[in-house]
Amino acid sequence: MRHAYYTLVFLVVLTVSILGFRGLRSTRPPIEVFPDLDRQAKYRPQAESVFFADGRTDRPEPSGTVARGRTVAADPSFLRADDFLYRGKSGDGSSARGFPVPVTDAFIRRGQERFAIYCQPCHGALGDGNGVTRGYNMNPASFHDDRLRQMPEGELFNTITNGKNTMMSYADKLTSEDRWAVVAYLRALQRAAHATLADVPAEHRSNLK
Amino acid sequence: MSKIFPRSANTLPLQIVVFLIVLGTVMVAAVTYYSTPKYLDVGYQPIQPVPFSHALHAGQIGLDCRYCHLGVDQGPASTIPTAQTCMNCHSLVKAQSPLLAVVRQSYQTGAPVPWVKIHVAPEYVYFNHSVHVNRGVSCVECHGRIDEMDTVYRELAHSMAFCLDCHRQPERFLREPKDVYNLASSSLAGQGRLAEAKKIAQDWKVKPPQSCSGCHR
Repeated sequence: MRHAYYTLVFLVVLTVSILGFRGLRSTRPPIEVFPDLDRQAKYRPQAESVFFADGRTDRPEPSGTVARGRTVAADPSFLRADDFLYRGKSGDGSSARGFPVPVTDAFIRRGQERFAIYCQPCHGALGDGNGVTRGYNMNPASFHDDRLRQMPEGELFNTITNGKNTMMSYADKLTSEDRWAVVAYLRALQRAAHATLADVPAEHRSNLK
Repeated sequence: MSKIFPRSANTLPLQIVVFLIVLGTVMVAAVTYYSTPKYLDVGYQPIQPVPFSHALHAGQIGLDCRYCHLGVDQGPASTIPTAQTCMNCHSLVKAQSPLLAVVRQSYQTGAPVPWVKIHVAPEYVYFNHSVHVNRGVSCVECHGRIDEMDTVYRELAHSMAFCLDCHRQPERFLREPKDVYNLASSSLAGQGRLAEAKKIAQDWKVKPPQSCSGCHR
């Protein structure tokens, strides 16, 4: 009987030696005990396709086509025809001033949130160009010099859309509306950086030191 | 007539029964311990084509998760970033690094960087990232402290029991919206603010499905 227990202990030690403990790191793909229907004959986002020549399931928009849902001429987003909203241009082709959408508190807060995600790493929380990337030999612009303060909103929008100098396009990360929201927040930052005592409500002035 | 069996044989049946009970217990324990996603799935740390460090980018530099995974709050998939996202900085920072050759090549040719997926939901599960993060379920609840991992691995087992733990009591896992992408934050319940979490769950109609068809459509 003793030998049966010895064998059992040996088997336990052997199993633990081979299989290890929970949570051990491994570069090998996990073992699937029941792989039923784990993989199905359908396309998932950013997956591989054997059908399309470029090998991906995500299809780019073919040139000269219009996405479904953008086919009603009354829809302002139809063919992205609105030059102001989608390109920041006014009727004569110059950069537009002002905003194509109503600037509300929620709109600026949306801009603030998006700014913090996509712009702050380089341009800094205050928009002064002192983001974390300055430590990596990048030289992002400050929003507070006169050139950018005088710049039409449409040109700022165009810079986010198409990039400028070493800054690349953020059109894939920010929708047109979000880009306008970021421009609105950028204006708020500029206003805050050049605020005077007259901008502070009278009842709060005594709180300033 | 001499005895065929020694006296000690009298206890042998009992000893065999005891041994079988011990053997059964050990085997049940082994199956319980090993045959579960907590053992099978956790710890998967594949070798990636680029030695990208989340600990550096998300932790030390402090990039928001959404800077790269921009689909996460807009739709079902938390998308793997394009090579251009890397090149936003790496056209200037470490622009000639041989480690980034794959990224530069992807940027020039459009061929994807062959990242190895670590968290893959089985295809019979319909998981939507945006409904989770937009209602206060943080990335960290399922993915662990990615911002502390140099090479990402599976920290938590995404078993059905894991999903249901939260779907049954969502208020225990909710965060304030501002903390969803802050992986170092703790949930409202973890801060002893369970009442606020319950209010959020009620106000935002956080009613996660527990029916089969909620996730298996």
